[in-house]
Amino acid sequence: MENLTFQQISAEILKKSLKSVELTQHIFGRIDKLESKIGAFISLFRERALAKAVDIDRRLAEGAPVGPLAGIPVAIKDNMCTGFGATTCASRILGKFSSPYNAHVVDQLEDADAVIIGKTNMDEFAMGSSCENSALQTTVNPWDINRVPGGSSGGSAAAVAAGLCYAALGSDTGGSIRLPASFCGVVGLKPTYGRVSRYGLVAYGSSLDQIGPISRDVYGAAALLNVIAGHDRRDSTSVDESTAPVKDYVKNLDHPVENLKIGVAQEFFDVEGLDPEVEKAVREALQTYEDMGVALIEVSLPYMKYAIAAYYLIATAEASSNLARYDGVHYGHRTSRPKDYIDVYSSSRAEGFGDEVKRRIMLGTYALSAGYYDAYYLKALKVRNLIRRDFEQAFEKVDCLMCPTAPETAFKLGEKTDDPLKMYLSDIYTIAVNLAGVPGISIPCGLSSGNLPIGLQIITPAFSEAKLLRIARMFEKETEHHLSKPFC
Amino acid sequence: MDVKLIAGLEIHVQLATKSKLFCGCKVGFEDPPNSNVCPVCLGLPGVLPLMNKKAYEYAVRTALALNCQMARFTKWDRKSYYYPDLPKNYQISQYDLPLSHDGYMEIPLEDGTTKKVRIIRAHLEEDAGKNLHEGLDHSRIDLNRTGTPLLEIVTEPDLNSPVECRILAQELQKLVQFLGVSEANMQKGHMRFEPNINLQIIDDDGREYRTPICEVKNLNSFRALERAVAYEEWRQLEEWKHDHDFTLEKMGKQNRGWNDARNETIFQREKEEAHDYRYFPEPDLVPVELDDDWLEKIKAALCELPLAMKQRFIQDYELNDYDAGVLTADRATAEFFDGAVKAGGSAKRAANLVTQFGLKTAHERNCRVNELGVTVEQVAQLAQLVEEGAVSSSAAITIFEKMLTDESDPKAIAEKHNLIQQSDAGALEAIVDEVIAANLQAAEEVKSGGKKAKKARGFLMGQVMQKTKGQANPKIAGELLDGKLKE
Repeated sequence: MENLTFQQISAEILKKSLKSVELTQHIFGRIDKLESKIGAFISLFRERALAKAVDIDRRLAEGAPVGPLAGIPVAIKDNMCTGFGATTCASRILGKFSSPYNAHVVDQLEDADAVIIGKTNMDEFAMGSSCENSALQTTVNPWDINRVPGGSSGGSAAAVAAGLCYAALGSDTGGSIRLPASFCGVVGLKPTYGRVSRYGLVAYGSSLDQIGPISRDVYGAAALLNVIAGHDRRDSTSVDESTAPVKDYVKNLDHPVENLKIGVAQEFFDVEGLDPEVEKAVREALQTYEDMGVALIEVSLPYMKYAIAAYYLIATAEASSNLARYDGVHYGHRTSRPKDYIDVYSSSRAEGFGDEVKRRIMLGTYALSAGYYDAYYLKALKVRNLIRRDFEQAFEKVDCLMCPTAPETAFKLGEKTDDPLKMYLSDIYTIAVNLAGVPGISIPCGLSSGNLPIGLQIITPAFSEAKLLRIARMFEKETEHHLSKPFC
Repeated sequence: MDVKLIAGLEIHVQLATKSKLFCGCKVGFEDPPNSNVCPVCLGLPGVLPLMNKKAYEYAVRTALALNCQMARFTKWDRKSYYYPDLPKNYQISQYDLPLSHDGYMEIPLEDGTTKKVRIIRAHLEEDAGKNLHEGLDHSRIDLNRTGTPLLEIVTEPDLNSPVECRILAQELQKLVQFLGVSEANMQKGHMRFEPNINLQIIDDDGREYRTPICEVKNLNSFRALERAVAYEEWRQLEEWKHDHDFTLEKMGKQNRGWNDARNETIFQREKEEAHDYRYFPEPDLVPVELDDDWLEKIKAALCELPLAMKQRFIQDYELNDYDAGVLTADRATAEFFDGAVKAGGSAKRAANLVTQFGLKTAHERNCRVNELGVTVEQVAQLAQLVEEGAVSSSAAITIFEKMLTDESDPKAIAEKHNLIQQSDAGALEAIVDEVIAANLQAAEEVKSGGKKAKKARGFLMGQVMQKTKGQANPKIAGELLDGKLKE
């Protein structure tokens, strides 16, 4: 069953030739076999999922209507609130927090009749590039269990890669969907900022966070985006459909984009630490497009090199404020014997947050402090505007940009945990996309000599996900990289 | 030595919206603790604020009435501080781009003049919850109030006495009630004041000193406001007298609290120790753009302001300051009275009817004058009957009372109850003659103009009234009587 694509599985269920219950049981069978090695899930909803599958099968048998994701087992990153089970953000500070409400995307998945099988591991509060900042467990890369799955949506990417679900939701603030997708050899899409409601997504960097799909192939990503995209009045930053209508992302997916012009910037290949094998695979991918008759055009993004610096001020500033609410007063972890009420805050937070989260809270607090605001936060906002302009200017000439998703393939567990700056550089290709607010996708474009996946990142203008997915799909149809699977 | 008090006010006004500023929860603190809450105002993980458009309109309406410049583009900012009643540990407020700025408010002073007090800014923000300190070992938190819309109004330090501070606060209360944007109920804490006070002292040698600026936090009554400012005025002068180094340059600013029972302010902290609030733009809300259409719509909801109305009543209707003040104390009364005058009633008579009977009755019935069931037309007609002398002032009150349950026009009511005044001079003359004939001694006393004249005349008038069952027009009867007793 794991050799069937998302599209095939969906068709089989609708045809009733495959029961959702069988599929769900099959998936849990794989989980029973592999999860102890992979560690992708923080929680599993076996009974709930099976009950949902039974219900879908019954409705199909009765000829009653079902949603577009009927019967498909999917997973959710554990920073999206669910009114069932716990929502942990892979942090100790939330304790066994159980949300009284569903995130918008969770409701959308439920309404679409997807079968939610569990919630996946991540870097604590989505802060990290390797998934090693989870306070709860380790997730490994299914391609090499000594390596990281990438982060922060590492659990979702690993679960999809290992065939423990057919698709998953991740969230992406600086590359947290695309980087793990690249490391795990799957497709990961970060939609335009404002395309998907953030209501119920536990905030990290509010002006950058965006929820998106991770799947085996582009079709799966398109099918999930179809369900989660759209305006939600509870999220003021989700864009009104009169401004940017939601398209049917599946409908014309197989139509190649005509007269496609791909922008390539020299800056993409000047990055220090770019693995030659990654560069080679990406250049081959560009060649594949050229062979299809697509034009490659030289563009320049001169301000992209400042993206990481700007990001670590903006994201951390927002994070320092977003995470202020975890204080031991109202919910979550509270220190056992506080000296006074100030100590409730300081000790609860000291005990509850991991090192990377503390580092970012301190960085952000510093950046927003009186006397430093102009030099750091305000300056970073200006850089952000320049980066945005870089993209706008490039998109006047080309339909999309292509570059590596990450400068290297999945690194070893523990390799970068002592060197945060080195870790931050993993996101050098993805961060600018969040700062500009545009959509980006990572698709598999080859394997390294060590048999590790390499990702190609494609970036298009705001709200052009339909085109972005079609461009990605063009590559998929010409190649078989997306069919490669880890051995586990 | 010359001492001048310099004070500015920071005022928080709770807006009378049905729901909170950033979620759909009901505004209601009387309900059981933590019953008007939802994930958004509880600050649970993953929630996002959604702006209450009505609150924004109320804020703009008030700012317009305060003659403020309206910002066409404003944004929200987060103000960070840790406190148990603030679940997100930041408050959504407005920092560098408030929705309005640079206005002024005209306040009436006790000497009959008015004073312009400049307004620095007015902006919207959310209120915090409430900590209930119950015992030594624990406190409880009620988050019903969390997220209630507050309008913060900041004045320039243009106030120069405790009374001026109080008057500004009271005028503002009247203003927001007039505008219908706040109940401004002091008992319910709908208005809170924080005066900034210092003194400018010029000593006998012409040297100028400025005492440290003190901000007295969280005053919730006009009385406390006036007294706290007065206390500071006294205290700061005493401190300066004691030590001339008690100056702003040397001591900086400080926050003080108000102890109502002891009638004094208490030191809280130096401003230098003040929080660094780490303001930054709220990324979860989009900036607000006030376009022409929206602004026009809000302007259309504006009404005549209380002070302007009071001045119009004095000028155009020739009311005295006191009556004009009473009639413009709330919008319903003012508009009811104004309506009666516009419907043709004598302003003076209508004013008497409304102040002497209408307001008293409304107060007894715990309603507004316009809710008594009497129309402005009825009051106008009644006022005219008094003006023409057809009914006496006291009969008018009786008629007003009947009108509460009788929809007939006042003239019909007067006739039905024999309350029409005897104004026929011929008929009255006969009665006056009769009374004089029966009370010759009193008549003589009046004629003689001695000590007892006044009392005797009163007695004779009383007799006339008795004979006419109170229906004699006192003016005509009095003239007749005086004419006869002059001979």
